[in-house]
Amino acid sequence: MDSNLNALTTVFTEFYYWVTIPLMFFIHVGFCMYEVGASRRRNHIHTLMKNSMIIPLVTITFFFFGWWIYWAFPNFPMSIDWAAGAANTAWSETMATNLQDRISGVFWAAFLLFSWTAASIVSGSVIERINSSAFWILAVVIGSVAWVIDASWGWHYAGWMVQYLGYHDAYASGVIHAIAGGFALGVLVVLGPRLGKFAADGTPRDIRPHNPWMVCVGLFIIYAGFWGFYVACNIPLIDPAGIDGEITGTTWTATTIYLTPTTLGAITFNFLMSLSGGMLMAFTLSKGDAFWTYSGGLAGIITASAGNDIYHPMQAMIIGGIGVFIAYKMHFYVERRFKIDDAVGAVAVHGYAGFVGLIICGFVLWGHPSSPYAGYAEITPWGQAIGAVIMFGVLGFLPGWIVAKVLNGMGILRIPKEVELLGLDFADQQEQEAAQQDVRAAVRDLMK
Amino acid sequence: MSTTGITSWNVDLADIGAIYPFAGYEVLMVAVGVVAWLAWHRWCHRWEKDYHDKVIVEYNKRQQQSSDVDG
Repeated sequence: MDSNLNALTTVFTEFYYWVTIPLMFFIHVGFCMYEVGASRRRNHIHTLMKNSMIIPLVTITFFFFGWWIYWAFPNFPMSIDWAAGAANTAWSETMATNLQDRISGVFWAAFLLFSWTAASIVSGSVIERINSSAFWILAVVIGSVAWVIDASWGWHYAGWMVQYLGYHDAYASGVIHAIAGGFALGVLVVLGPRLGKFAADGTPRDIRPHNPWMVCVGLFIIYAGFWGFYVACNIPLIDPAGIDGEITGTTWTATTIYLTPTTLGAITFNFLMSLSGGMLMAFTLSKGDAFWTYSGGLAGIITASAGNDIYHPMQAMIIGGIGVFIAYKMHFYVERRFKIDDAVGAVAVHGYAGFVGLIICGFVLWGHPSSPYAGYAEITPWGQAIGAVIMFGVLGFLPGWIVAKVLNGMGILRIPKEVELLGLDFADQQEQEAAQQDVRAAVRDLMK
Repeated sequence: MSTTGITSWNVDLADIGAIYPFAGYEVLMVAVGVVAWLAWHRWCHRWEKDYHDKVIVEYNKRQQQSSDVDG
């Protein structure tokens, strides 16, 4: 802050990230509405609290160790960057009120909101039969460990996946969505379906949302929050000298997380066009089903997100449509074939769409530099394919399956059958009814 | 005397860094937080189990009533 320009850039950057945080809060509001709307009446409050408690638990653990992982692990397991990690430990002086550092807090929070999103994606798929206390352990694993490792590898300008694979995932098709979808699938395999989901012959039954309006409004709110997510993935303004790569001249620019140039205009075009491609395809496939049309909009954005910093809007639209086609078909195939009960289609919308988006990006952006630094691999189909497997499988499915197996082995993963039949809110509802009767009796006594 | 180390704003801000209370005790503060977090998970598991046990008792009561009526 030693010159006016420096001060202006610093305060602008601080404010820029700060604005994305309340915007991204809407993602969580939307997820809560969507999940509660999809659950049955007897499970509302527990479903709401299961998702809501992601907020404090992932926040504190991301503060304790998640943020450190991001900075220390770009080349893990080959090496740990202790120096970069040191400034981002929970006990670092810059992780608090510090007049020499105005960016760490807002940058940390922007990443934290991504962490909530990763955990929240998993939350929807497991409703109505998981123990909340078990889910909250899983939420910490995906929100403050697994996704942060993938971000460090593939969403950090010096991550090894960027350097050696040319991995490109500007708006997180893989680093948030594919990993969360894969993680959800790993948990679902162990958790099993809701009672009554499948008939004796294996035919899936359609457990309808109790409130389709609430589900759709929730998804609409997620769209709104997604704007904040996109904006938070960029660095708003940077001098080429600050990038210290191969860019020449003095033209300042916005960049992706990889420090490759883009513009807010580009991502605005592509966000809206991929949303449109996804909605059009989903409406067509589902014959106008509201839940799938809204989900398709989300899946369209997710599919195109890997390359939405560079795509032409028409490419974004078509890619969004292709992703939705594959995700929709895969959802019903996996449900029938493997008896997977994904209550809100999260594995499809986030996992399959994100996975496909990475692969498509490898072909469409083939040969484009993944970084402004010399010596980094260029974007290729095989680099993206390996990246997709790492995101969905290695850091998504595998940790989800392992931790769920451990929790299941301890007997704490799934709620007892009796609770599932009577409903998670049953005891609360009984107490509420008793309290209401007590008040009614008191009022009657007063009227005598 | 000040818990923040700041006793006057008659300073050059370029020389000022951390201004939160008890700077230097960060590790201790974080340790307290980590213990509280782990303890919460343990408490939560017990609370949820107790809650489920209550529901199971009610479920069994209803099953018994139902079989009494049928019998």
